Amino acid sequence: MEKILVGLKRVVDYNVRVRVKGDGSGVETEGVKMSINPFDEIALEEALRIKERGEANEVVVVSIGSGDAQQQLRTGLAMGADRAILVETGDVPDPLSCARALLEIVNRENPELVILGKQAIDNDNAQTGQMLAALWGRPQATFASKLEFSGSTVRVTREVDAGLDVIEVDLPAVITADLRLNEPRYVKLPDIMKAKKKPLDQVPLAELSLPESPAIAETSFESPAARERGIMVDDVAGLVGALKDKGLL
Amino acid sequence: MARILLIAEHNGTSLSPSTAKCVACAAEIAGAEIDVAVFAENAGDVAAEAASLESVSRVLSNDSAANRGALAAVLAPHIVAMADSYDYIFGPSTTFGKDLMPRVAALLGVNQVSDIMSVEGERTFKRPIYAGSAVVTVEVPAGVPVVATIRTASFRAVSAGNSAPVETLEVSADVPEHTRYIASETGKSDRPDLQSASRVVAGGRALGSEESFDLIYRLADKLEAGVGASRAAVDAGYVPNEMQVGQTGRIIAPDLYIAIGISGAIQHLTGIKDAGTIVAINKDEEAPIFEVADIGLVGDLFNVVPELTEALD
Repeated sequence: MEKILVGLKRVVDYNVRVRVKGDGSGVETEGVKMSINPFDEIALEEALRIKERGEANEVVVVSIGSGDAQQQLRTGLAMGADRAILVETGDVPDPLSCARALLEIVNRENPELVILGKQAIDNDNAQTGQMLAALWGRPQATFASKLEFSGSTVRVTREVDAGLDVIEVDLPAVITADLRLNEPRYVKLPDIMKAKKKPLDQVPLAELSLPESPAIAETSFESPAARERGIMVDDVAGLVGALKDKGLL
Repeated sequence: MARILLIAEHNGTSLSPSTAKCVACAAEIAGAEIDVAVFAENAGDVAAEAASLESVSRVLSNDSAANRGALAAVLAPHIVAMADSYDYIFGPSTTFGKDLMPRVAALLGVNQVSDIMSVEGERTFKRPIYAGSAVVTVEVPAGVPVVATIRTASFRAVSAGNSAPVETLEVSADVPEHTRYIASETGKSDRPDLQSASRVVAGGRALGSEESFDLIYRLADKLEAGVGASRAAVDAGYVPNEMQVGQTGRIIAPDLYIAIGISGAIQHLTGIKDAGTIVAINKDEEAPIFEVADIGLVGDLFNVVPELTEALD
């Protein structure tokens, strides 16, 4: 295939313990480490492997967000993507608007395959890939753990609650990456230097003239109800006793 | 009146427990009138099961060979064609609902509320974000249907005992040919299903190998428990992904959860925070799992677990 488009979202790093702001207006993101959404990193790794096998010619990474997301796009270029597109806006918009923006990029770029992460670890929405596929009128293969290409179709193994599902979709299609699709590579220093010379285009979101989206309002944030620390027992006999006391044995 | 369409989840022959939990959530909306739609190859038994759930007004049953494998690209247009008659369209926040519902929402031109954990008002809900590190209250704007997935661990299943009418549902939307169901591989297990088991024993990276996981299985069998695992254990290849509990795996709420050799990363804790009693066995007394455990035991799992298994004889 000619081209694979991969979405990269800038999110609070996986290892950061996120806290709700004192006034309940949001979560504390000031000064915390930001990274590529881990599932998006897996999506990009898969695209790069497809290209390295000679089954695709170009990998384009796209992000939607503020100018800061250029950092994550540069990391994507350092991993091996050929060029990057930043759809520039203030805060990352709602999933439907993201899907509509991605569709505009898809219509400009005409990729045969779009790979996104199955969910972003900040809002945990898990919507954008399915929405893009719907708006594009193309197949979706979510939670993918294995891809096998054959001509203009791809056979996708999907991680579902009951085990694994296998489906076959015609290209072009949208695939969302699950944890076990691959293990992303580490970026090497020379690649970071090389990535600085790769093209990174910026497109203002407003330029895409998207329809107004009925965004869902986020009215307040709170910390989850905490579980109380319980008792400690010294040995197995103590554990069995405690379970019996609670009527669990 | 709040007209609600709930999409049933099933395995082809029986209704998934997630559906009765979604009914419980839907019933919390004022004036709820709940229709359950069953899309299956042979919907009969599943539809009858859905009709027995309390609070269900009507079951709409659609039989078609194209429903095999519950492909989102096949089902979404059918649901969209019915959408005009409903104020709310709900599905479970399982891989089935997570795959399907956003496709429905996009075709309707609306955003989705993912993972409803509580109903706060007609269009106001709470949902977890950042792996449950925060809870956000969201409000769906007026004038659009509420499309949502429901975090089933947050709701208690409604009981059976109803006999709602079952009506045949004819669908007119075209079936796309670009997506084809091939096969399913489900982990064959005689153990209770992880999602609905009242007891769950789970192992983490400290097990160290696939073989060591036998310790977990033996204890689980003694307790007639389901078996889960942390993402770290799945990542390390000790167990298959369908056993993963946490942010990117299953969200469960058993009466008893025994975490063995699991440190308790926030991503794991979000999957178990609604469990009745949490037991933690870990050799690191500083492990965060002890901050949420009801009963903690510091010790080497390779000694403690066999001893516990034996003590249950």
